[in-house]
Amino acid sequence: MPLADPYLLPISGLLTAIGLTEIYRLGPSNAFKQGLWIVIGVGAFAVTLVAFRRDYRVLENYKYLFGLAAVALLFMPLLPGIGETINGARLWVHAGPLQIQPGELGKISLIVFLAAYLREKREVLAQGRLKDWGPLLVIWGAAMLLLFVTDDLGSALLYYGIFLALLYAATARLSFVVVALGLFLAGSAAVYEGTPHVRDRVTNWLHPWTTHNVFCPLSGTQTLRQECTSYQEVQSLYSIAHGGYGGTGLGAGTFTNAQGHQLIPALNTDFIYSALAQELGLAGAAAILLVYMMFVLRGFRVALLAGDGFSKLLAAGLTFGFALQTFVIVGGILRVIPLTGITLPFVSYGGSSIVSNFLLLAGLMLVSDRSNRAIQRS
Amino acid sequence: MNKQLSKLALVAVLLLVSLIVATTYWQTWAAAGLQNRQDNSVELVAQFKVARGLILGNNGKTVLAANRRQRVNGQTLYFRRYPTKGLAAQTVGYSTSARTQTGLEESLNDYLTGANTDLSNAIRRELDTLGGATVHGNNVVLTLNPAAQALALQQLGGRCGAVVAMNVKTGAVSVMASSPTYDPNLVDKNGGYAKILKIKGECGDGSALLNNATAGLFTPGSTFKMVTAAAALDSGAFTPTSTFEDPGYCTEYGKHVDNASNPDQNGPESYGHVTLAEGFQHSINSVFCNVGKKIGAATILEYAKKFGFYSTPPLETPANERAPSGLYYNGKLEYPKHPDTAVDPGRLAFGQEHLAVTPLQMLLVASTIANGGIVPRPYLVQRIVGPNGSTVRETKPDTLGRAIKPETAAELTQMMISVVQAGTGMAAQIPGVEVAGKTGTAETNVNHVYTAWFVCFAPANDPKFAVAVVLEKQLNGFGGGVAAPIAKLVLEKLLGG
Repeated sequence: MPLADPYLLPISGLLTAIGLTEIYRLGPSNAFKQGLWIVIGVGAFAVTLVAFRRDYRVLENYKYLFGLAAVALLFMPLLPGIGETINGARLWVHAGPLQIQPGELGKISLIVFLAAYLREKREVLAQGRLKDWGPLLVIWGAAMLLLFVTDDLGSALLYYGIFLALLYAATARLSFVVVALGLFLAGSAAVYEGTPHVRDRVTNWLHPWTTHNVFCPLSGTQTLRQECTSYQEVQSLYSIAHGGYGGTGLGAGTFTNAQGHQLIPALNTDFIYSALAQELGLAGAAAILLVYMMFVLRGFRVALLAGDGFSKLLAAGLTFGFALQTFVIVGGILRVIPLTGITLPFVSYGGSSIVSNFLLLAGLMLVSDRSNRAIQRS
Repeated sequence: MNKQLSKLALVAVLLLVSLIVATTYWQTWAAAGLQNRQDNSVELVAQFKVARGLILGNNGKTVLAANRRQRVNGQTLYFRRYPTKGLAAQTVGYSTSARTQTGLEESLNDYLTGANTDLSNAIRRELDTLGGATVHGNNVVLTLNPAAQALALQQLGGRCGAVVAMNVKTGAVSVMASSPTYDPNLVDKNGGYAKILKIKGECGDGSALLNNATAGLFTPGSTFKMVTAAAALDSGAFTPTSTFEDPGYCTEYGKHVDNASNPDQNGPESYGHVTLAEGFQHSINSVFCNVGKKIGAATILEYAKKFGFYSTPPLETPANERAPSGLYYNGKLEYPKHPDTAVDPGRLAFGQEHLAVTPLQMLLVASTIANGGIVPRPYLVQRIVGPNGSTVRETKPDTLGRAIKPETAAELTQMMISVVQAGTGMAAQIPGVEVAGKTGTAETNVNHVYTAWFVCFAPANDPKFAVAVVLEKQLNGFGGGVAAPIAKLVLEKLLGG
């Protein structure tokens, strides 16, 4: 890939290194496992680049296969026997000793399907013919169903957000986005009524601290909310606040109590940003967010320079998905939106996440290499 | 399609910008609020990583508050301990692992944790944190004399009361003993706090935690005659040789106020023909009753204010651990709108009425007389020393202004000398040193149970230290009998050292 964007790979490497460092600091044994996953991720990245070195656009021909794969992967955790519920959300599949989040790969498949489908149908969709809307309504229905059955607002928001972004990019009709967003909100409201888990998340978001005891569904007793359902959010904010401007310095942060028990559950996965923000302070946390911003800007540059619709939509989808995922988890931690557990791309501990992010990177590099070659030829 | 893509890029960038804004909010604007929350377990642990500064006695050697270093799961943590136990518990206070603090531990917390915001200190602290080194707080050297403090506490012997002493020229507090006392090491132990609350000292439950020296309110009784006499002399209404006829009572509102009800008085019940100085020497109520009637409650209260009544005395301890002195009605400090009609001047003059005072306030009255009429500003912190040995802060002696003329102070000193030489306070005599003092024995609701006082300073010709002693609920215990001997011992210790 001699002509691929020269920034994307180093930025990804930097983020992976930051993540690995912090994971090592929080628990050296996890860092070794993460290292193995990075090797696997880089392998998958290399295989993808080699396999599609001539023309990745063949993927377009298999769009429905990708669509089906996406649905299958997203719903896989629901299968009895292999599906598993962790932290109140059913997102995991276990295969032997491994725990996999198939949704991470489902996300990539979904983007490939959407890019291909929308490229083909963009003109007719823009005219608003009902019959072409079928597959898209199916996606909406699937997203709602997914939200309902997995209780995972964050993933639903992520997938649906990617869908809306690509729909807008393909059709240039803002009204579609507005209508689709309305549908999503209506659906979410219904789900909010129906599922206690989602309702708890919203309550925790709006009122993480209580001054009087409330019912705690985890213990079944009356206690302060910050000692029950919103414990994680609140402790994570304390962790961030402790960092201040300059942070405590790497390795000097406080993540355990005097007895050595970890204060924040899921610190190296969903909450790794709180750990980084405490140890690196505002200066370091803002710098990391700026690195994410650079990645996003380079990604959109790839999309803008791409020669064909599929490539543009693919690059834009991958990049927007990357940005939105960052926003969903960090925004959740910072109480910008309700918190849902999802990984921070390249930084969080987690095999599925690392592999899928390297695949995402491979996609962007393939697109940029192809368009740069075309530019160079002309 | 590029137009839409640009807009999408803008949306993505705005999402990330919102994250930077939110991070900034939590790490700067909201950080202090979050850090102060009691349930903040991060701060709870982080505080143990700071080696709090030591709190030392005036000799710079006696350690009142220190740290116990402990390795827990690979991190070095510092826990507070108090080697001298109850010696100055109410003044030094405590800092617990649950982050509750009292006393100087609370009010000097920023200095003790090195978080005081002077620039070089802030930079050093930041560098220490970044370098992974332990943050060391500043050491605090107090003005308290540990030997005199220990003696005072031993003399109080668990009874309800207090001993305070200060350098009259500077205002440096050398003794601040409150009794009953408690072991601050217990606060952090299981069930320890409940044990402290159970300590009985006739003051009532939980009294061990109260700093009787600065927050304990007692009826001043005859010690208030220092203020009345100051008002009488300074206003020019009387001289020490002004004469009175003492029939053994004073008539107020057509009723007799009998001297016999004053346990502080010595000698015969009726002195007949006496001077103001003699009235002071023998603590004769009828004399002061007549003084009060003549000059009025308003004048007496005005002078009381000049001595510091009706305002919380300045000191480094937390403001809620200090109380102002004055007239208390139903537990509330009140300055009457029309003192001359609302307050009984006779009873006010000899320190009954609704007066409630802190030992520190009475100490300030004696120190002012000793200091030629100028009220010294009391302080407990001699200096604050940084971890590298440099002085962060040094207290410079200051005053709270002039209360009475130097001549009045000299006359009062003479009167107080005669109290110790041949009056009610003879128990405070020190061989070779002239002591000036005033006794007080205030009535309580129970017969023969008194609040015993002795307030004094020495040497009278060149005053160095003033001492105030109060003991509550003393059965047949008079100021001259139970309080004066304690004051004498503490004075001796202070003058000898």
